[in-house]
Amino acid sequence: MADGNIGLWTVPLAVLGGAIRVSTPFLFVSLGECITERSGRINLGLEGTLVMGAMSAYGISYLSGSPWLGVLAAGLTGALLGALHAGICSLPRVNDVAVGISLMLFGTGLAFFLGKPLIEPTAARLPAIDFGWWSDVPQVRAALRINVLFLLGVALAPILFWAFKTTRWGLLIRTAGESADAARAMGHSVLAIRLRATMAGGFLAGIGGSFLSLFYPGSWNEGLSSGQGITAVALVIFARWDPMLCLWASLAFGGAAALGPALQSVGVTSGYHLFNAAPYILTLLIMIITCSPKRTLSGAPAELSITR
Amino acid sequence: MDFGRISRRHLLQGGAALTLGAAAGLRPAFAAETTIGFIYVGSRDDYGYNQAHAQGAAALKKLPGLKVIEEEKVPETDAVEKTIESMINLDGATLLFPTSFGYYNPHMIKMAAKYPKLRFEHCGGLWSEKDPKNAGSYFGYIDEAQYIAGIVAGYTSKSGKLGFVAAKPIPQVLRNINAFTLGARLANPKATTQVIFTGDWSMPVKEAEATNSLIDQGVDVLTCHVDGPKTMVENAARRGAFVTGYHVNQSPLAPKAYLTGAEWNWEALYPKFVKMLAAGESIPNFYRGGLKEELVKVSPYGEAVSEPARKHADEIKAKFLGDGYTIFKGPLKDNKGNTVITAGTERGQKDPELEKMDYLVEGVIGATS
Repeated sequence: MADGNIGLWTVPLAVLGGAIRVSTPFLFVSLGECITERSGRINLGLEGTLVMGAMSAYGISYLSGSPWLGVLAAGLTGALLGALHAGICSLPRVNDVAVGISLMLFGTGLAFFLGKPLIEPTAARLPAIDFGWWSDVPQVRAALRINVLFLLGVALAPILFWAFKTTRWGLLIRTAGESADAARAMGHSVLAIRLRATMAGGFLAGIGGSFLSLFYPGSWNEGLSSGQGITAVALVIFARWDPMLCLWASLAFGGAAALGPALQSVGVTSGYHLFNAAPYILTLLIMIITCSPKRTLSGAPAELSITR
Repeated sequence: MDFGRISRRHLLQGGAALTLGAAAGLRPAFAAETTIGFIYVGSRDDYGYNQAHAQGAAALKKLPGLKVIEEEKVPETDAVEKTIESMINLDGATLLFPTSFGYYNPHMIKMAAKYPKLRFEHCGGLWSEKDPKNAGSYFGYIDEAQYIAGIVAGYTSKSGKLGFVAAKPIPQVLRNINAFTLGARLANPKATTQVIFTGDWSMPVKEAEATNSLIDQGVDVLTCHVDGPKTMVENAARRGAFVTGYHVNQSPLAPKAYLTGAEWNWEALYPKFVKMLAAGESIPNFYRGGLKEELVKVSPYGEAVSEPARKHADEIKAKFLGDGYTIFKGPLKDNKGNTVITAGTERGQKDPELEKMDYLVEGVIGATS
């Protein structure tokens, strides 16, 4: 142990470390999308929001020197894009899925355009908290260098779960998602509720993006997201619109993403393409196991355009 | 309302008139210059492959009488043909550099056949007699620079474990991994290189995970062959490991951790090409070279590089620059124990067999499939 050679233990450790490092953007985007979808609308544009968030966080952190200002800027950018989505969707006969796809392209395109001068400079990064102080093994210490955003995300999941269940706001969002007519009968504006839910979702997705550029992998470049935003949106369906399940699903995806490189590093070299595809295979399997032609997905908000 | 509509129409008319005027006015000025088009597959400031080419393009911009036009993020599909067409027909480009591997066949070949009077230069393709005469392929033997980086890495590593973050097991990548490893074993015969393939040219999260996994395994010097080494360099430096760079000099990203690196030297080559054309000579269709021909270079050594490492590396570098030096010579075994180059055989840099490499040499931990 003393020479730092931990052999096969690398794999579980890397999966644990990966679950912590890689999962955060999944977690924020999926929690955000959870709020939006619970209000009866799908925002597929979160991939674009994630990339825009990553870019604006990096830019603001670089210009101001404060990564936390960057995180805030990423959240606000995300909320703005959410407002745009909600605004367009509140017009009559607009399909939210189509708007989402166009906003996804818009967000990534705009981020690449504005982010051009940011590829080279190095911005101030978010700090990490060392939770591995008790261990002598450097690998354990490295795996347990945890970012505050991850902890916030982990705390947010039960809070959202509780809020959906017991608070007035949670009830309103759920009402708008289950039956727009009921919400209207209660005297609430469905569009206003969805606007706020989409903005909140965008805010969280933007913060997820700031984690990518300011912590891990920790710099802005155009391949940064490589589809993580869209994976996270799919994850919400997979997690049955339940914030707690979003948390576990995000951790599983993060761990699965670390599996391919970790196995190669201990010498399991055959079939690495398969291991790299592990997260997607996992999604497919669960989708196949849980789907049924006889009923709609359990837990799906009734107002969602995909279930209606 | 009515006012708004009229003003908008006027604005459009005005805009169109301006554009026409500008185009008419500027055309003659352009005609006197040679226009050169560069096409990149990614972003031109990625601290990697595309930036190396963009630095070459920037060297041309400094020369008088040349106009350089560039387009980034052109996929390796029909899209590149459209870009080439528009560079030729709209900008009047007469020399084109489609720089990405996948542009060559069939896209660039097709365009070269369609425009036989223009010159096409491709990086990395394998030009053969069947291909149009106005098309050419050039490439640098960057494995020479990787070999020297390997020597430095072999001296610097305390654990004797080196790491290589690679994109795909194609010949050019395998050749770099092998040269790096052979160089390292020159310094430390027990050194091993652990390779991780991420599966694609730009996968920042995978590259970061690969870097972390390698360091967890005790690897203390890393290098890579992906499009943008920035992720690997920054993440390795954060974990306290050393790196050797690739494509361009990444030392500004991690001044303490950066030992040396294998760089392209397109800023030396492209002006050479232009001078050849200006002098009425033709560029050889199949253009290759290494350190000696100034197609590649080695980054300046970092402060962590020890004196014996510098000395040994400089000695080998002098051989490359002088009478020549062969990296791949027999007896050479792959990491499965098969002999790949028999004793007495020397595979010089220009040997086409090396461009078909499909093995990893002894000392590399990893597999090609």
